[in-house]
Amino acid sequence: MNNEQLIVALKKIVKPYIQDDAAFESLSEDTDFVNDLKINSANLVDVILDVEDEFDIEIDNDSMEQMLSVKAAMDIITSKLNEK
Amino acid sequence: MEVNILVKPMNSEEIISVLPYQTPFLFVDELSTITEDGITGSYTYNVNEYFYKGHFKEHPITPGVILTETMAQIGVVCLGIYLSRNKEKLNRNPQVALTSSAVDFYVPVYPGERVTVISEKEYFRFNKLKCKVQLFNAQDQLVCRGFISGMINEK
Repeated sequence: MNNEQLIVALKKIVKPYIQDDAAFESLSEDTDFVNDLKINSANLVDVILDVEDEFDIEIDNDSMEQMLSVKAAMDIITSKLNEK
Repeated sequence: MEVNILVKPMNSEEIISVLPYQTPFLFVDELSTITEDGITGSYTYNVNEYFYKGHFKEHPITPGVILTETMAQIGVVCLGIYLSRNKEKLNRNPQVALTSSAVDFYVPVYPGERVTVISEKEYFRFNKLKCKVQLFNAQDQLVCRGFISGMINEK
């Protein structure tokens, strides 16, 4: 999966939880889940759980705490996929 | 490395004693079953509860928000306190913040009725507890059901 496909997949996952439509429309690697998309902490957990299901990977607590932006999520997903 | 301390599971009285609520907003009388996977508890709405005066005028019915609150206090807060206490470390004052609820209602609850809440854990990960919660009346009729989530924060 290349970066472009990864962003498309992530965009689909975060869509139900975002509060800022404009930030969502212009979503890029630099988009922050909390500050830009205004996802709350409870829904951030849902994003992580949906990422686990979508990519069939397991996110540990350390990775979860880092997963605050699209870029960080892409890095973690890519590294977990490579471990498989 | 995390250090595991074996902690004796909390019983019903201990959980209720650390709840952050009191009259007129405590909606837990007793907890009958408490496990890692779920919790069952009950509450009887006193005929003098403050909200019956206004909901509705001369026609008291327990408000849906109160039924939802009862489901949340028993099904999510009590279970959340139990689960966080039973995790790897002692957590004397866990704080629980309601983060979402989606509830459907079926039959009304009148003043004086006793209700039983049955909550099943969907997941408890990254401090978020999501439960499938049902509330039954004394005739075992389903009053309302739904999904309620909260964040359990350790202080």
